[in-house]
Amino acid sequence: MCLAVPAKILSIEGTKAGVDFGGVSREADITLVPDVEIGDYVLIHAGFAIQRLDENEAEESLALFRELARALEEDGP
Amino acid sequence: MSDAAFEVSGLRSPEGAAALIERIRSFAIRPIALMEVCGTHTVAISRFGLRSMLPETVRLLSGPGCPVCVTPLIEIDRAIHAARMPGVTVATFGDMMRVPGSRSSLEAERAGGADIRIVYGPADALAIAEKSRDRKVVFLGVGFETTSPAIAATIIEADRRGVENFLVLPFFKRVPPALEALAVVPERRLDGFICPGHVSVIIGSNAYEPIARRHGIPCAVAGFEPLEILAAVAALAEQASGRAAGRPARVENLYRRAVTEEGNRRAQEAIEEVYEIRDAEWRGIGTIPESGHAIRGRYAACDAREALDLEVPAAEEPPGCICGEIMLGLRLPDDCPLFGTRCTPRDPVGPCMVSSEGACAAFHRYERSEH
Repeated sequence: MCLAVPAKILSIEGTKAGVDFGGVSREADITLVPDVEIGDYVLIHAGFAIQRLDENEAEESLALFRELARALEEDGP
Repeated sequence: MSDAAFEVSGLRSPEGAAALIERIRSFAIRPIALMEVCGTHTVAISRFGLRSMLPETVRLLSGPGCPVCVTPLIEIDRAIHAARMPGVTVATFGDMMRVPGSRSSLEAERAGGADIRIVYGPADALAIAEKSRDRKVVFLGVGFETTSPAIAATIIEADRRGVENFLVLPFFKRVPPALEALAVVPERRLDGFICPGHVSVIIGSNAYEPIARRHGIPCAVAGFEPLEILAAVAALAEQASGRAAGRPARVENLYRRAVTEEGNRRAQEAIEEVYEIRDAEWRGIGTIPESGHAIRGRYAACDAREALDLEVPAAEEPPGCICGEIMLGLRLPDDCPLFGTRCTPRDPVGPCMVSSEGACAAFHRYERSEH
């Protein structure tokens, strides 16, 4: 029920934004994230954007998991 | 920008999982019990089989993480009562449709002719109200802090536009007071909370500081992909071994791409504007102080409890159900004599089976054969 899905902001008109869920387009309300811009990635829940996603942090956590896996391969389990 | 926001394959890699499980094994030398309090975590743990991948020393418990499950039976009866009223349309998230009330369900009422609409969010319910001004449109306000600000923003918007036939029946719950209550259950020890990622988007990771400081229970805010959940388990296992050596419990944020320390201030303002804090009853658990949100007097005109006569008789919980003990982390779903026999997802008896995100429903769907 608290599932929120990432989407990319394609257009903004007032408090409404056109967003792309990796291929599916919809409208979302951006009242709760007033500083978003076109091209930003946001989390959408119940038709509302609730957070702008931080791309650097996203990259970083991916890199961390890749690093962990590499370390295991080198050391063996 | 790269598509890191959409990237999931890197968060599901078997190599990453193996590395994290190795790390968990190295820290979880003595038995530890960790609890998640988020239906999406409950489902992900079951679906990806994480329980069976972990060392035997790590026990994962499912707390009261599904807002639909913890909505008291009498409130379901109240929603059904509203749906039966002439001139009333009920708008709801789909999860509420099949939840059995004392004698009926919203699904059964709709089959019988009641005007009940499944909507994607509260703004859709407001649009229905604007189109049918001759009907009262009651949106079922179920949810934790992830959902309640969207509904608060919609209430503010309805007020601004003067849509007087838009009503909300509030069942809102707050997560931190529930964690406080779960922290002091005397019958079992708890070595960490896997904190709900999308609730934390709103309230911020700092909201768990009192749990760590006052109750000495480590907290890890987690995302929803398998590696993100395993990373939280690893962090909590490491903290548990540190606790054994006398180090203090901390809050760790492992979902940094979405969660900040302070959370979403604008969403918090919407919550504060529209709701006030109340004690609330959690189905299967009982009343938890300050764990609910009621609609403030300023917005009382859109409170369905104020606008409609929704008195219903007291409801009795079905006998034999152990959902309360499951949500407190004392038992697992397959400890229940009703599980999979009298109580199934098709014909649910207790709160943990009524929604697909309940602990019993997730267990029934994904893990039954393993246990």
